[in-house]
Amino acid sequence: MIEGDIVQPGAGAAQTYGSGSSGRGAANLGDILERILDKGLVIAGDIKVNLLDIELLTIKLRLVIASLDTAREVGINWWEADPWLSADAARREDSAVSAGTAAPMPRAGESELRAENRRLRRRVTELEAGGEDY
Amino acid sequence: MTGHQGVWVYAIADHAGGDVFLPAGVARTQVRAIAAAGLAVLASHVDLAEFGEEALRRNLENLTWLEEMARAHHNVVDAAVRLFPVLPTRFSTVYRSEAAMVAALAERGDQLRSALARVGGRMEWGVKAYAVPAGEGDPTAGKGDASEPITASVAGQGPGTGAESGAGMAYLKRRRAQISARQEFSRTAAASAREVHIELSGHAAQARLYPPQAPALSRTKAPMLLNASYLIDTSGSARFGSVVAVATAAHPDLQLDLTGPWPPYSFTGLEG
Repeated sequence: MIEGDIVQPGAGAAQTYGSGSSGRGAANLGDILERILDKGLVIAGDIKVNLLDIELLTIKLRLVIASLDTAREVGINWWEADPWLSADAARREDSAVSAGTAAPMPRAGESELRAENRRLRRRVTELEAGGEDY
Repeated sequence: MTGHQGVWVYAIADHAGGDVFLPAGVARTQVRAIAAAGLAVLASHVDLAEFGEEALRRNLENLTWLEEMARAHHNVVDAAVRLFPVLPTRFSTVYRSEAAMVAALAERGDQLRSALARVGGRMEWGVKAYAVPAGEGDPTAGKGDASEPITASVAGQGPGTGAESGAGMAYLKRRRAQISARQEFSRTAAASAREVHIELSGHAAQARLYPPQAPALSRTKAPMLLNASYLIDTSGSARFGSVVAVATAAHPDLQLDLTGPWPPYSFTGLEG
């Protein structure tokens, strides 16, 4: 009942149950990074890389891992220009916007859409009166 | 090998000391057991030109470098956990000297020993549950977009605007039906995930829940409903596998991904 419908997790050691457990040495890079970067004993390190940097890195990586091969071909710095992924880029964009140099186009359209969404959602909520609160 | 040497730490081990035979560590360095706090620290000497603070920050952004080091680091921990109980340390724990490392651990011997006692003879298994998008059984489920977030406004956010056309009303009714179907589906799938977690926890020495990863960040478009790790007796691995298989069969609304066995990365008990 799931064939064709569901996007399977990337080929790797994250096994959809039934295909067998992951073997040694074959663990998927994403699974390894998730554990060694996010988990594990934290002892005071003499040499510290800001934990915030690591967390940001982890988030970036989770995205990258979705298309690791692609990311490699493209070069791994592509995210640096992406405001959603990079705090630096977001700051750059913000200051650009406040300086009036960035195209304001998407924002205006977006706020209209948001307002319309809000109206419609409210209406849906009203229609649903009697249903469960959400 | 030209710069100053630092110490890269892989894990704390319950090991009397002496030689250990482990795979090469990061940058093909030799892993040693260094005595600290009455325990052994599995560590290797690394070049600070590559692993010092600034270099590390730069290198961590290089996926090729990171992959090589991550695999090397994990290989050491994964080999060690088969020899003696270990508490894996967070990736990129580096000291400027063995003395600095020993000093950092000096006060924590008891804490570490009790954590080691807890993970000894046990391995970690990861389980993620994804909602299986509502299938043919649910005609209102839309076109495979079950991963679209359900956004339901909180009533009373502002005054309503009464304007509505016939078409708009029909749309809203359709939308309402879709939303209720999805909400119902999400509720039952989320309840299934909770049941699975309770069931699996019953077979585990310890369990840890993590926030589900957003669909954009995990490798599937289906919403993740459970992201958990379980600490399982080594002797119970096969049984745990069958428990997951039974849970899979019992919950067709979920897809369960099982990974492991892992060293007890989630159960070092000293987070933060």
